[in-house]
Amino acid sequence: MSTPSMDVRYVAQLARLNLSPDEAERFQAQLEQVLAYVEQLEQLDVKGIEPTAHAVPRSNVFRADEESSSLPVDEALGNAPQRLNNLFRVPKVVE
Amino acid sequence: MSLHTLTLAQAAEKVRRKEVSSVDLVKALLVRIREVDPRVQAFLDVNEEDALEQARLRDRESPSGALHGVPVLLKDNMNRRGTFCSCGSKILNGYRAPYNATVVERLEKAGAVFLGRANMDEFAMGSSTENSAMHATRNPWDLERIPGGSSGGCAAAVASDMAFGSLGSDTGGSIRQPAAVCGCVGLKPTYGRVSRYGLVAFASSLDQIGPITKDARDAALLLQTIAGHDPRDSTSLPDAVPDYSKALEQGIKGLRMGLPKEYFAPGLDPQVEKLVRAAVEELRQLGAELVEISLPHTPYAVAVYYVIATAEASANLARFDGVRYGHRTSEPSDLLDLYGRTRAEGFGPEVKRRIILGTYVLSSGYYDAYYLRAQKVRTLIRRDFGEAFKKCDFILTPTSPTPAFKLGEKANDPLQMYLADICTIAANLAGICGISVPCGRTGGAGKPLPVGLQFLGPSMGEETLFRVAGAYEQVCRWDRNPGL
Repeated sequence: MSTPSMDVRYVAQLARLNLSPDEAERFQAQLEQVLAYVEQLEQLDVKGIEPTAHAVPRSNVFRADEESSSLPVDEALGNAPQRLNNLFRVPKVVE
Repeated sequence: MSLHTLTLAQAAEKVRRKEVSSVDLVKALLVRIREVDPRVQAFLDVNEEDALEQARLRDRESPSGALHGVPVLLKDNMNRRGTFCSCGSKILNGYRAPYNATVVERLEKAGAVFLGRANMDEFAMGSSTENSAMHATRNPWDLERIPGGSSGGCAAAVASDMAFGSLGSDTGGSIRQPAAVCGCVGLKPTYGRVSRYGLVAFASSLDQIGPITKDARDAALLLQTIAGHDPRDSTSLPDAVPDYSKALEQGIKGLRMGLPKEYFAPGLDPQVEKLVRAAVEELRQLGAELVEISLPHTPYAVAVYYVIATAEASANLARFDGVRYGHRTSEPSDLLDLYGRTRAEGFGPEVKRRIILGTYVLSSGYYDAYYLRAQKVRTLIRRDFGEAFKKCDFILTPTSPTPAFKLGEKANDPLQMYLADICTIAANLAGICGISVPCGRTGGAGKPLPVGLQFLGPSMGEETLFRVAGAYEQVCRWDRNPGL
């Protein structure tokens, strides 16, 4: 882990999150402080330690392969900010 | 006697015996809410008509379920069909749940009536409920102070008798810490004990739903109702659900009580320490055997948490993009503009910070250094508990290092806010269960403030927690009336 070098603007862009200049400045300072705190994890030797992704590891959990009802299309689209027929409407993506 | 002061179990009993109707209970709470909530502001909305209508229906049925006709309160991050669910965020403005969360289904099956939505930190990110996009909630014991968070609305409502009991969610302490600082009982069940289907996800490897109640019996009653396997949540465990209320009466003779030295470190408020140590003595007198233990990786828990929880949150919150539900920015020029502005307008500062941090620790070049390393330290923290539970049956710690702090005190210092969860976070990382119970109030100048005591149990150790909480409650007498 090197010295914190996060570019808040760039990372926010990756997260599809627009920031105002004021926010970018504030978050940069605050998050550098948080990263400096997180740096303490470097003190530990974690060689050979398996990572924990879930506290209660369960894998390949399947439900019974039985047909069942699902949300009707109209209800699934009930919260759509904009819809067109049975679709969510968004700005044009492909020219 | 005023009905609003009843516990959940007492209210259920009165309905069963037909001494009161469900409508009586709902009306009593509505009166109380009108009187107190303008000051406390625990609710985001109270569905008066809807609650009364549910109650009328319950009154026409013959009581069968354990909560027949009894109103309960939900944190604003659980879906209940046809009602709003906003996670305390503007980005879910206007969203109506198209389906029921499993916990809602189970409460409904038990006969419960839904009262409304409790305020919370936006997307459960916070320890003070100040991060709600709607308004801050006040601590009923001192209106200048925070009710804890993120389930602060639930705890404040229960503590001021505006609700008999509630369900919150706990990712790093969000049930236990508000319960502690408001003087309630709050239980975070073992990871996998309660289905999260229909809970809006924050950090999926840590989130659990659990009760915030007036006493341990009510917490047992609610857990009994909501626990158990659910095929719709692949992390839910198939283990049978024992009779939790039975455990309350079993006593603690011979139980080994572990006291981890790392939780009594500098930074612990002297009054909190004094009350917690007094509780240790009382538990010894009840027959518990004291064992000194060590959880050596405790100091790293907050750092691990803020890497893992933000990483998972950044992924989970990607779905709030203005496409399928909630807020959408006006007149976007293209799809990127739609995403970027929708999220800029919809999320508050703490959520933005965490999305950025989470995106960063998962990004190429930093994944190993931050995320993978944090997951490895998480293993060390889990092992600490594994070792400790060989020596003891439960662990005792403070729930929060301090009583409730003042509104605004930590609002501009995210790191200080994160440290408010220092005693509760490790349980989520390890997936074990924990309960906070009141152990008294502070004295001296200023208003008395409740202090919480935390018992941690091993995975699926809820019965042990209820044994200890039940026994302790019998000897810990304190005035739980905040005087509102």
